[in-house]
Amino acid sequence: MRQLRFATVGSVDDGKSTLIGRLLYDSKSIFEDQLEHVEAVSKRRGDDYVDLSLLTDGLRAEREQGITIDVAHRYFATPKRSFVIMDCPGHVQYTRNMVTGTSTADLAIILIDARHGVVEQTRRHSILTSLLGVPHLVVCVNKMDLVDYSEDRFNEIRNDFEDFASRLQLRDVTFLPISALKGDNVVERSDDLKWFEGPTLLHHLENVYTASDDNKIDVRFPVQYVIRPRTAEHHDYRGYAGTVAGGVLRVGDEIVVLPSGLSSTITGIDSADGSLEEAVPGSAVTILLADDLSVTRGDMICRPNNRPRVLQDHDAMVCWLDSNAQLNPAKLYTLKHTTRSTRAKIGEVRYVLDISDLHRKTPEGPLSMNDIARVTVHTAEPLLRDDYEHNRVTGSFILVDESTGATAAAGMLLPPRE
Amino acid sequence: MRPGITGLEDEAITIIREVAACFERPVILFSGGKDSVVMLHVAVRAFAPARLPFAVMHVDTGHNFPEVIDFRDRCLAGLGLNLTVASVQAAIDAGKVADAPSRNPLQTVALLDAIAENKFDAVLGGARRDEERARAKERVFSHRDTFGQWDPKNQRPELWNIYNTSHKQGEHFRVFPLSNWTELDIWTFIKEHDIELPSIYFAHKRRVFKRGGMLMADTEFLRPDTGEDVFEEMVRFRTVGDATCTAAISSTAVGIDDVLAETAVARVTERGATRADDKISEAGMEDRKRQGYF
Ligand SMILES: Nc1nc2c(ncn2[C@@H]2O[C@H](COP(=O)(O)OP(=O)(O)OP(=O)(O)O)[C@@H](O)[C@H]2O)c(=O)[nH]1
Ligand SMILES: [Mg+2]
Repeated sequence: MRQLRFATVGSVDDGKSTLIGRLLYDSKSIFEDQLEHVEAVSKRRGDDYVDLSLLTDGLRAEREQGITIDVAHRYFATPKRSFVIMDCPGHVQYTRNMVTGTSTADLAIILIDARHGVVEQTRRHSILTSLLGVPHLVVCVNKMDLVDYSEDRFNEIRNDFEDFASRLQLRDVTFLPISALKGDNVVERSDDLKWFEGPTLLHHLENVYTASDDNKIDVRFPVQYVIRPRTAEHHDYRGYAGTVAGGVLRVGDEIVVLPSGLSSTITGIDSADGSLEEAVPGSAVTILLADDLSVTRGDMICRPNNRPRVLQDHDAMVCWLDSNAQLNPAKLYTLKHTTRSTRAKIGEVRYVLDISDLHRKTPEGPLSMNDIARVTVHTAEPLLRDDYEHNRVTGSFILVDESTGATAAAGMLLPPRE
Repeated sequence: MRPGITGLEDEAITIIREVAACFERPVILFSGGKDSVVMLHVAVRAFAPARLPFAVMHVDTGHNFPEVIDFRDRCLAGLGLNLTVASVQAAIDAGKVADAPSRNPLQTVALLDAIAENKFDAVLGGARRDEERARAKERVFSHRDTFGQWDPKNQRPELWNIYNTSHKQGEHFRVFPLSNWTELDIWTFIKEHDIELPSIYFAHKRRVFKRGGMLMADTEFLRPDTGEDVFEEMVRFRTVGDATCTAAISSTAVGIDDVLAETAVARVTERGATRADDKISEAGMEDRKRQGYF
């Protein structure tokens, strides 16, 4: 089975970190010294039980406040599959870190406290998960122990969520009742949840089929770095290093380099393991061309009949991430898109999403932290870009505030308006 | 992404090349320990057939296992690379820090000094997120202010594989290309590429004594106290650091396959098994990292 990268999301205190602790503990993926440490800290604090959230909440401030602040990465494997976990914070103030953890996930687990049901952060995180194009979602109704393991309550929450989510583009949604604290239906089935006929969470994670979301059709190779040895032995070597962002490149392929539009043929593909005949998405390779063209970082190699759009005006969804500065429409930002950095200006804010009902609102003030909006962006240089829904690599960008260096916003490119 | 170790190396190479493209004066840290050996190999492979466009630096506590220093110099000579040494002993001699029984935390001063002196703007380290709970929170491109400090509550978001490398004069980045590797991945890579390591990573007979439940090597830098008996034991090291705070483990793993087998079933983390200094406090690593430690 392909490795699964999953993120835990949902509102603060709904039990994400406890769930990860439980999953690691019950699948025997915790090292003895880590467990001893967590037991000792729990005991010192006078907890009634071992607080498994301490396994991922490793920062001093997180332990003081009892919340997750930044993403923790954990790695574990069962005999069936290996996993990368991104345990994200639920607190609204740290949404930027939730987005960090979720942007590369194959699957998101959204937790809902069975007592509180769907709340604003549940909705915000669901919207972000959908915008980021995470292909699979598992909705875990947690803390079932606090609602007497009530099937009615589970169904009620499930209906609420489905009602709301019907307006989102979530492709595959699974609902599970669990108790992260007691371990019900996480790794082991539970006598208290006899009415539930679906799988345990781990069983679901081990078996969910994830096709790679790599785009294997449209060849996209953003040039990252030019390799020129300048040694006697390799005097004429000039290779274009980068990581395949889409499609499969083969020796002998005719290509064009954008934005210049000059064409050539691939004469070699070098990699850390020697010469290759072809390079698939994700491969870090060096492309050699038949002709001596001028190619630099930020250029894109693709096939003559299948090119990204070359545009300076863009439509995009953005999440504003900067907690210290709102969008300043008069200001120039640095926009980083694949290996290209250019200056950019936000033109129009067409609408802001209302988190509660997904309605499109006219913005009341400048975009500020956690706003999700549809905007137009003008770039000083053209971007060699695809729509985010077709390619997560060539369809995404970040905006950097030049005065502070902060990552101000994350953007996903939309199909251009004709 | 390609599966397994190949995919992890793709990711590491992408990160390393991004450093070469976005920074003026990068340096790669090299101690001769397994993670830094793997990182250096990947970095060399990332630019072949051109030369590695980075400086190479060792932050030297002066409390070394001789096998490691020996290996360090041989390895770099083999790759045709020059070494910059940031010396903790020199910092002590200059009166910048007071000597201490464990020089591990003192490395921060030598490191930050060397960064300032050489105007390094990117420092590549071999730390992995699976090592320790504060490391599990770290970004791949991790910003440091002009004092070299890490602010874990205010890390820049890091989405997809787009890295924000923006920094002002005097600030720098710590970059961790092996962030997503586990100890087992490191050993798998070492085996697959037949990479040489310092001999002390494999089981050998050594004079050791027990302290705090760990096996410490009897060296000129660390002597047993009265009541601590020295005995000979088959041991190996899972991590290699300052001789005063790096413990050995009992092991019969003399070859790479034995080590891989041992690593696959290990019940204690590598730091838990070997680092005396991490046991002291709940947030020892975080506190050191805030001040500018690796
Ligand atoms: N009764 C009960 N309590 C739970 C359950 N899961 C979590 N808790 C408790 O809920 C509290 C919050 O749990 P965390 O795991 O820290 O929540 P979180 O979602 O990670 O919170 P943030 O990361 O800060 O957003 C803790 O006191 C847990 O012990 C559960 O299934 N049942
Ligand atoms: Mg948490």
